[in-house]
Amino acid sequence: MLSAGLAVMALILLFAFAGPIFVDTNMAEPLSATPRQAPSAEHPFGTDDSGRDLLAVMVVGVPLTLRIGFIAGAVGLGVGIFLGFLSGYVGGKVDAVIRGTVDTLLTVPGLVVLISIASTIREEISVNLMAMVVASLAWMWPTRTIRSQVLTLRERAYVHMAKLNGMNTMEIIWKELFPNLLPYLAANLAGAVSWAVLAAIGLEALGLGPQNEPTVGMTIYWSITFSALIRGMWWWWALPIVFLALLFVSLIMIAAGLDELANPKQRKAV
Amino acid sequence: MSRGFIVRRILLFFVIVWAAASINFFIPRLATGRDPIREKLGQLAASGGLRQEGVEAMVKAYQVKFGLDKPLYVQYLHFLADTSRFDLGYSLANYPTRVDQMIGNAMPWTIGLLLVATLMGFSAGTLMGALAAWPRAPTLFKRSVIPLMTLSAIPPYLLGLVVLYFLGLQWKLFPLSGGYSAGTLVGFRLDFILDVLHHSTLPALAIVMQSMGFWALGMRGMMVSTVGEDYIALAQANGLRRPTIFLRYAVRNAFLPQFTALGLSLAFVVTGQVIVEVIFAYPGIGTLLFRAIQSSDYTVINGIVFITILSIGLVTLIMDLTYPLLDPRISHQRHN
Repeated sequence: MLSAGLAVMALILLFAFAGPIFVDTNMAEPLSATPRQAPSAEHPFGTDDSGRDLLAVMVVGVPLTLRIGFIAGAVGLGVGIFLGFLSGYVGGKVDAVIRGTVDTLLTVPGLVVLISIASTIREEISVNLMAMVVASLAWMWPTRTIRSQVLTLRERAYVHMAKLNGMNTMEIIWKELFPNLLPYLAANLAGAVSWAVLAAIGLEALGLGPQNEPTVGMTIYWSITFSALIRGMWWWWALPIVFLALLFVSLIMIAAGLDELANPKQRKAV
Repeated sequence: MSRGFIVRRILLFFVIVWAAASINFFIPRLATGRDPIREKLGQLAASGGLRQEGVEAMVKAYQVKFGLDKPLYVQYLHFLADTSRFDLGYSLANYPTRVDQMIGNAMPWTIGLLLVATLMGFSAGTLMGALAAWPRAPTLFKRSVIPLMTLSAIPPYLLGLVVLYFLGLQWKLFPLSGGYSAGTLVGFRLDFILDVLHHSTLPALAIVMQSMGFWALGMRGMMVSTVGEDYIALAQANGLRRPTIFLRYAVRNAFLPQFTALGLSLAFVVTGQVIVEVIFAYPGIGTLLFRAIQSSDYTVINGIVFITILSIGLVTLIMDLTYPLLDPRISHQRHN
């Protein structure tokens, strides 16, 4: 499961990084080709209404979308690790406050809050700002799951042993807890990236994304806005869908595979 | 259930509602230092138009409450007072229409679609998941795990584009957009109801396909551990019929966590699947929100944000208070 997921991810990354070598990215600009062309030898994935070659659009857009996902996922996981360890290991009032905040925020629908944020800063939104907007809600789920993992690890014999040997809290967290949680944190990263891409695509499909960047979500937005579907221009939206399906499936497989590594008990279930 | 828990839970509900209302007030002012409603009103007043008098009255009323000469806390108190009376104001883009009217018209469409789709996805998915983990089930169900996982990973609006292309555009089995045929009279008559069902089949199908995968994976995980339990072996040794073991022993015990999750996802019936609605131009909350974003109609956006958070808060409150009645093993008392 893990290796299949990583293989698909490698393909996606290859497309993103090696694509510009083979494809002229200037073709992603408007008016660089005849508009509304079906796939042909010259434009293997056709062109859209404003005359952009859709293969070039994907070559430019895929890395942008991946960047939003990885920045937001990494920031979310980073904050989640910090708060999760703090809450789970220190406990007491700190734990009560962090847990209460996370549990309250988790009942609020994320996309709706993101819409409220993004619609006020719509004009000046860029790829990096987009990542930060999404990251602002990406930390709650990691915080909650990491906290519960830390709670069980805290009572293990080797942690008590380390305490008796005179290690301080930071040392125990860094040398004992962290290495043991590593596969679990990696699985969490895959989950957080997947959530972030999903949220970003959702905002972009509503038109609340970077207006001048051809991210995958904005490509879907333009194809919806210009009714590509009803006009039979399937090549406009089919490629973004195939890419997103591959991306989400690979992330879910990586997360499930890493989960298996982290919880040997689940292995027999698969 | 202790009285302390009930009181705390109800207090939490009010905190959530207060936070939801404050999001609308503070996010624009903190993020940009501007007040988008004031700017939009300024544009409306400057551009003139058919209902100029009404717009001017609205600008005046807005200045009295939220004028720049008022300190921020006074503006905030005015805002909270309005919100607590459910006064969401007028739509900026369609002036004489009130925001609560627009939301009220769209809400039943969204709830109807999502309620049916959620329940269908839940029943089909749970059954598939249970059979996928049942040793005696046909191998077809075991092989369905990977396709179901793939479906669960793809957002429903992308599945929506695919079903719309094949079933709507290519094979012309279902209408391409809308909630009912243009020109039909809205009312509780058989032909209208059939028309609505015909229109909502595709959006529902997109949602069901994705959620079915989600429910199947969850149920399968629970079933795998239930099937290994001793009481299943005992039931087999006692010579009970296989369907009885499957339904009354295995499924029944694996079912409870699914049921809890169903409650949670029913709470999200009010938010709906915003983008699915947009793709199908379905006349619900999602399309309303999309149009409001397109026309910078901030009062409508704020109204939808507030109403969705309020309704989800309300449903989760009701669920938390009724769970102990459904499952006696859950109690909110502290055990020492």
